[in-house]
Amino acid sequence: MLYREVGQYRTTYQADAAIFPIRQDRIAMVALLVVAFVAIPALGSAYLFSAILIPFLILSLAAIGLNILTGYAGQLSLGAAAFMAVGAFASYNFVLRVPGIPVLGAFIGGGIAAALVGIVFGLPSLRIRGFYLAVATLAAQFFIVWALTKIGWFTNYNSSGVITAQPVVILGWHFAAPREKYLLVLAIVTVMALAAKNMARGNLGRQWMAVRDMDLAAEVIGIRPMRAKLYAFAVSSFYCGIAGALFAYTYLGTVEPEAYNLDLSFRILFMIIIGGVGTILGGFLGSAFIVILPIVLSVSIEWLDRSLHLSVPTSVASNLELIVFGALIVFFLIVEPHGLARIWQIVKEKLRLWPFPH
Amino acid sequence: MIQFAFEVLIGGLLSGVMYSLVALGFVLIYKASGVFNFAQGSLVFFAALTFVGLLEHHVPFGLALVIMVGVMVVVGLAIERLVLRPLVNQPPISLFMATIGLSFLIEGIAQILWGANVRGLDLGLQDEPIQAISDATGMNVSKFDLSAAGIAAVLVIALALFFNRTRVGRALRAVADDHQAALAVGIPLQYIWAIVWSVAGFVALVTGLLWGARNGVQFALTFVALKALPVLILGGFESVPGAIVGGLIIGASEKLAEVFLGPYVGGGIEGWFPYVLALLFLLVRPEGLFGEKIIRRI
Amino acid sequence: MRDQPHARHAIGDVILRAEGISLRFGGVQALTDISFEVREHEVLAIIGPNGAGKSSMLNVINGVYHPQQGTITFRDRSARRMSTHDAALAGIARTFQNIALFKGMTVLDNIMTGRTLRMRRGVLAQALYLGPARREELEHRAVVERIIDFLEIQAYRKTPVGRLPYGLQKRVDLGRALALEPSLLLLDEPMAGMNLEEKADMCRFVLDVNEQFGTTIVLIEHDMGVVMDISDRVIVLDYGRKIGDGPPDAIRANQAVIDAYLGVVH
Repeated sequence: MLYREVGQYRTTYQADAAIFPIRQDRIAMVALLVVAFVAIPALGSAYLFSAILIPFLILSLAAIGLNILTGYAGQLSLGAAAFMAVGAFASYNFVLRVPGIPVLGAFIGGGIAAALVGIVFGLPSLRIRGFYLAVATLAAQFFIVWALTKIGWFTNYNSSGVITAQPVVILGWHFAAPREKYLLVLAIVTVMALAAKNMARGNLGRQWMAVRDMDLAAEVIGIRPMRAKLYAFAVSSFYCGIAGALFAYTYLGTVEPEAYNLDLSFRILFMIIIGGVGTILGGFLGSAFIVILPIVLSVSIEWLDRSLHLSVPTSVASNLELIVFGALIVFFLIVEPHGLARIWQIVKEKLRLWPFPH
Repeated sequence: MIQFAFEVLIGGLLSGVMYSLVALGFVLIYKASGVFNFAQGSLVFFAALTFVGLLEHHVPFGLALVIMVGVMVVVGLAIERLVLRPLVNQPPISLFMATIGLSFLIEGIAQILWGANVRGLDLGLQDEPIQAISDATGMNVSKFDLSAAGIAAVLVIALALFFNRTRVGRALRAVADDHQAALAVGIPLQYIWAIVWSVAGFVALVTGLLWGARNGVQFALTFVALKALPVLILGGFESVPGAIVGGLIIGASEKLAEVFLGPYVGGGIEGWFPYVLALLFLLVRPEGLFGEKIIRRI
Repeated sequence: MRDQPHARHAIGDVILRAEGISLRFGGVQALTDISFEVREHEVLAIIGPNGAGKSSMLNVINGVYHPQQGTITFRDRSARRMSTHDAALAGIARTFQNIALFKGMTVLDNIMTGRTLRMRRGVLAQALYLGPARREELEHRAVVERIIDFLEIQAYRKTPVGRLPYGLQKRVDLGRALALEPSLLLLDEPMAGMNLEEKADMCRFVLDVNEQFGTTIVLIEHDMGVVMDISDRVIVLDYGRKIGDGPPDAIRANQAVIDAYLGVVH
């Protein structure tokens, strides 16, 4: 009833090719942006920004990056966190060694550095596919974190290995309070998500999906799988790099290699599996899920603790998290391999018909 | 100096045997069902932890061993039934990701059941140099390592014989090659998979016991699964001898690199060296030493 | 029927020449010393029993397989080891026996991939979308829509190809090949697995492509009725060797061809 398309005729290819061809979707999107940019900053608490929204947004960006590589281009990667690390450390070094560089410029520099590293570790994909490629990305993950720890130049020869990130100052404005950091991250993520969507639905996205689905046929129609794959690695690593820089500067406050470990790479992979492989929305949904789940779990355990007087040790809580994650991955793969994004699509299709059954 | 290098080499080879054992579990399952079972590492961990848990509850060694074999078989069957069968038509990448999820699940359950403390495991084999060898050559070769190598050798030979000489082994190879064709000649698929997962569970148990005795039973055991990947790349995903050779190469090269290259770059090379080695190897030979060349047709 | 009152392009000069092509896979000799010519605007059929090497021959023409001996000359460019990319650039397109569509994409997107060679805008322009990238996208969309109209699949343009029935998938495969605006179109069993109506439709499309756009067509086909009806010339392969080359009527009467099909021991 609310979601009718009746009367909305698209008479130009331009209208048909829009991201939100249905008017209700456009309205919903505008409302969402208003809530995100206006309502939440006005009403939200510092905890909400620092502990939930900022990591959610940053990890969404990383998930979008991984989705481009693994979801759209079909190149399995277990090293997303390593590229985030490159972005973080490169940004740090740009700010440190290039006097007067704007912070956003340093972030972009970090992203580009990550993209270049991504291309290097993506070169094997020209010969290797599938699980074997996963090993190449593992090599990247372990090697990069090791290099960033051992090679003193990256950490400015800091003996403790943990560097404090420089303050974020743009055009004289200090982004120090959680609300301000949230708005900055939100702005960056919104712009980059839009760019990702544009790339995904354009020629590049089609090339990626063609290479993923059947690269021999793609070659025959003139696509160069090598170029498409390297572009996927580059763009994906760029996104992860920016996410990594944001992770350090607006969330952790420190620049340290251990934060970008294999565990984080797995988390981001889980985000795209649960959220929806090969979609931009999936990055957001998966990230929300993975960020909120531990909080929900610990709150429920606490509640169970108090109401039933079970004293649940903390070790059980963290293991419960592992169990729930693992079970959910398996569950999603069996029940809805295309993740939450597909479930959302199905909901919308049902909404179109509501209140009629079919 | 040469002697030292040799010692490191032997030590590396013997630790490589451990990697081979883990890789063996992978190869078994991949050979029979085409699934890359990322959860093998967590199965190893689970096996070791449960065994130690049983011992702590004063279950006699021999009985615990028997119980464990049963438990691993049951776990293997459960995995095949609950996770793999529903996913049978999905692309391999989905199955792989499912096993990643499974590995987390198993780790969590193992730790909730038995706690997360590091445990020692005493198999009655001591990790001390063999007197005879050190008297003769001055080199230290651990009794434990050699026994582990011996056990692994026995296991591999048994498996090789099983695959190549028995009817069930032949059926397994048929299933690995083509499920439909195997069904068409009357091979009971579910039964075969049950056998495979049980054998893999048994291998995980042996691996878990040996690893646990050597390094203590701890969570890090699950990362052993990751180390198996370079082994499999070198040896090919479907070859039992390949898993052995691959494990030996990785074990030896990792130790040698750490000892001889490590000091120049600040140490810690072991963490990434096997992967980079495997990567370089893949560039030259994408299907591994013993793997089959894949011809793609369109 | 060939003598329809349609405006046809007259058959022109030789556009493709295969000389001495021999192809081996390990121990299997797929093709032995095959030579033939294809003239512009004609419809050439390649027939032969199963396993004769027909698909392999097509694969050699557009660079998927590289023969151990022999050369392919397309419009004055000779090569033995031509890459598929160069073949596509030169104007050779093909369809596949097993369809080989991109299952994760819609019909529209699948055919749009055929336009890749002609889309020039870079990453940044595409990320921005507004402006040059959008203009290019819509321009090529218009071309693709004309192909969709031609193949009468408008209703399915937003459907993921994996959900379409076999006959429609084959049409999309043809559409994707047409999107390259090829001068030479290689069709690998375009009518396999189709019923009578679908075959009639596909024949009509193939002929329309040849007549309206002047595209030279080389097709592999098993249905003799179709072959005799629509082709100008027929080449017969058997066990990797050429055993016949001529107009359909001549081939029909060729004893060697008849023997090959009836399985007479050589």
